[in-house]
This record gives sequence, structure tokens and C-alpha cells, in this order.
Amino acid sequence: MSKIIVTTSGKGGVGKTTTSASFSTGLAARGKKVAVIDFDVGLRNLDLIMGCERRVVFDFVNVLQGEANLRQALIRDKTYDNLHILAASQTRDKDALTLEGVEKVLNDLVAEGFEYIICDSPAGIEKGAHHAMYFADEALIVTNPEVSSVRDSDRVLGLLQAKTRNAERGIKVKEHLVLTRYNPERVEKGEMLSVKDVQDILAIPLLGIIPESPTVLTSSNSGTPVIADAKSEAGQAYADLVARFLGEDKPHRFMQVEKKGLFNKLFGN
Amino acid sequence: MDLMSFFRTKKPATAQTARDRLMVAVAWQRDQDGRHNAGPSYLPQMRDELLAVIRKYVQVADSAVKVNVQHEDGLDVLEMNITLPDAKAG
Repeated sequence: MSKIIVTTSGKGGVGKTTTSASFSTGLAARGKKVAVIDFDVGLRNLDLIMGCERRVVFDFVNVLQGEANLRQALIRDKTYDNLHILAASQTRDKDALTLEGVEKVLNDLVAEGFEYIICDSPAGIEKGAHHAMYFADEALIVTNPEVSSVRDSDRVLGLLQAKTRNAERGIKVKEHLVLTRYNPERVEKGEMLSVKDVQDILAIPLLGIIPESPTVLTSSNSGTPVIADAKSEAGQAYADLVARFLGEDKPHRFMQVEKKGLFNKLFGN
Repeated sequence: MDLMSFFRTKKPATAQTARDRLMVAVAWQRDQDGRHNAGPSYLPQMRDELLAVIRKYVQVADSAVKVNVQHEDGLDVLEMNITLPDAKAG
């Protein structure tokens, strides 16, 4: 049984691709057969975050237009043999994607035995985002604790409940909140929306809180999903998120301010 | 508590303002979408059962039955659409 999961947010720059990369890598690390697809035609980035940009020969649009078959276009991950990446086209225009074409690729991936198919959505609510979410069974709603991101996430929730194949059949797309760039210090000072604030507004179950972390940038510099860095808080938070997604009971971490040493207590801010 | 904060003037907490503003913005947005609620939880099961009943008489695709809850003038309206196959086929 395959599951199609969209990573979406409405707003750009909140961590969709970072989340797709770490989520798919985390599932693969647990032995699942995973495909992750970049739907951002014209602005592909998943390949860079996954560190496979030099191995992209064929892309999503090549497959849709019959210039390559799916097996040729799937890039095997450098760490996990059971993880495959389908890159977005960098050169074609967005009209190259059609719902029929996307459906065929997804059906082929299901037939190939992929258990989890992650669709990394582009920002916005236009065609690309629509294609990425249309066939989804579940959705990761990536949100920053910030007003514009929360409002955009709510807008996307409305679309998930109306403009997807499941919604048209009267089936609810299962929604998961992924709260990224969370900073407990600023929350404590009353400068940032808290987990509870965001949950009260969006009213969807919380899958994970990813703390603001310098490792997200340094991991992207080297093309390694941040989940691979088991020492970093963000990496641990993504590992927890994957465990929760697979049904394990993991309490949420990184919600509280860490205890500071004496020096920080006196002079830190 | 750090010593430096003792000398700083306390700024008002803006997170509460953000929360209040979002509550209003999101309520308006949901109104525009006609999304007061996603419908009762029994909806998917009811839809499946309806599909089974219809299939006793005529073969239809999964997508032939559409169930929707809409909020109109303070009332929740259950809208159901069943698409039958072309008559000429039979």
C-alpha cells in the first residue's frame, strides 16, 4: 500500500524542501522504499538539498513527455539505496505539467513498489502547488511561527479540503502540522507565536517542531539533509517527526528554553 | 532572569497581537472559502456505503459519488452528486 504525501505551505522559504529532504531520508533510513519528487518546475532545488545535482540526467518533465522512462530519471540517493529522487525540470515552463501526466508518474511509482511518495510543492497556490497536492493522501503543512506563514498555511488547508482528488471523493486528506524555525527563547519573551497559538489557529494535529538551527544552513551548504546530523537539534527533531509519522509515541522536544550556564544567565540575552 | 534585562525597558509582548490579528484574518478567509466546517466525521463512510448501494444496480467509478457540506445562511447543507454512466452503454 503506497502513501502519497505532499509537503506544502503556501508561503515560500519556510522549509518545505528542507522538510521533504529530511522526511524522505528519515523514512528511507527506517527501511522504507521512498520516492521524493520536486514539483517546482523552473526553480528546482531539491536536488541541491539532497546533494545529487550533478547526477540529474533526466527530470520529471522528460518523463511526462516520454523522452525518458521513469527508471532512467529516478536518481538513487547517495546514502540509501531505497530512496530515489525525481528532479524538477530547470529549463521548461510550468505548463509542461498536467494532472494526467502527474497521475501516470504516481501510478508508475506505486507499481514499482514505492511505499512513500513525497511531493515537494512549490510555493504559492498556482498550478504547480495544485499538481503537487492533488493526488495526496496526507499533507505536511510546513509553517513558521509568523503571521504571513500561518495565514498562508490556513489558505492551503482550505485548498486541501476542496481541490484534491480525495476531497472530491469526500475523503479527508490527513493533515500534519510541521512547525519550523521555532525559537523557544523568543516565544518565552512574547516575541513569537507559540506552538499552542499556531495550533489554536490552524486546528490540525502537530507532527513536529523543528527548532531554528544554524545546522539547517550548513547542511544545505554541503548537500546533506539535516536529519543526517544526529547531533543537531534540527536533525533530532526531524528524526522524532519521522518516528511519530510511523506511529511511535515520541513526546515533543525543543519547546522549552534550555537551561543556561551561569555566564549566560548573567550576560546573555 | 539576566542582569542586563534589568536595565532594558520592557517591550510589550507582540505575540499576543499576532495571535489576535491572525484569528480575525483566518476567520475571514474561511468565510470566503465557505469552509465553516469540513463536514461531519461520518461523511467518508456514508459516501462509501452509498457507493456500495449504487453498485448493486449500476457499475460506477469511485469518483461518481461526491458528497459536500456547505454552509448557507446559517444552515449546513448536505449536497450529494451521483453521476450515472451513459445510458447508451447499457
